[in-house]
Amino acid sequence: MSSETLSDTVEAGMHDADHHDADHHHHPSDRKYVGIAIGLAIITAVEVLTFYVDFGPLFIPSLLLMMFVKFYYVCGWFMHLKLDSPMFTKFFVAGLVLAAGVYVVMLSASQLWDNI
Amino acid sequence: MVDSEVLDEQAVEAADASHSAKVGDHQPGSTGISNQKLAMWAFLGSECLLFGGLISGYLLYRNNNQDGPAAAEIFDIPFTSVSSFVLLMSSLTMVLALSAITRGDHPRTRLWILTTALLGAVFIGGQVYEFTSFYREGLGYTTSPFSSAFFTLTGFHGVHVSMGIVMLMSLYFSSVRGKLKTENAETVEIVGLYWHFVDVVWIFIFTVVYLMAKGI
Repeated sequence: MSSETLSDTVEAGMHDADHHDADHHHHPSDRKYVGIAIGLAIITAVEVLTFYVDFGPLFIPSLLLMMFVKFYYVCGWFMHLKLDSPMFTKFFVAGLVLAAGVYVVMLSASQLWDNI
Repeated sequence: MVDSEVLDEQAVEAADASHSAKVGDHQPGSTGISNQKLAMWAFLGSECLLFGGLISGYLLYRNNNQDGPAAAEIFDIPFTSVSSFVLLMSSLTMVLALSAITRGDHPRTRLWILTTALLGAVFIGGQVYEFTSFYREGLGYTTSPFSSAFFTLTGFHGVHVSMGIVMLMSLYFSSVRGKLKTENAETVEIVGLYWHFVDVVWIFIFTVVYLMAKGI
């Protein structure tokens, strides 16, 4: 191996370390986290409002929509799925999809939807 | 030739040492990402199956209250809303703890970790109060299929929050002893992932179990 290759190896090692280290520095600022938390708190307040105000046929769809928005922001930003390796998302979504699939089939077999 | 090989090995070791010094205990595996973090995500994926089963069980039995009180009669939505808000805010303090440790700000890391644990303890205290008041109003664990499904689901979630508090306190005392260094930020991140997941599960439970009790 020539001296050029040697220095390439060292640089590659350093680059990997820098890249991994940089992972931690690419996280959003504290201000952004606080902004997201305020948004989540407002959504929670609106969710609670649906219990007291009649939303008619929009009651369940609006609750589900707000629930998924909160889920998206907590997983995407607080758990850093939007910034981290897509591999993490794949592992988590695999479990989520498997659970959703299994239990939708189970609830359908139990005729749950007929009673709603 | 032999000298060149020795030099190669030294170069690789130097690169590895530099890498280890920067990233701490959690080095990326052959996938290029941290094995510990990947394991936590795989664990959280499997937890979806556990809570999916418990939520499905609740949905099946939610209207089967026999002689006991029904969900809509017994739930105290204002009280549970405050508990939900407390748990949601604990996710913020958890992420602020991670942010602080990545900056090397250890006093703030300890402050935010302790705040997160305290908010978790407030949530658990609220759950104990809720369970006690439900019991006094005639809703025991074996009163009806609804009560069994409800207490099992929310109880399992409470146990998860309690485990999270234990992990947080362990991080706090490690930091106090000076064992939680900036290079160990990923340890805080991994505990944070678990904590946020517990919050995500409560987002589902609060909507499906409590708020939808009026409509379904």
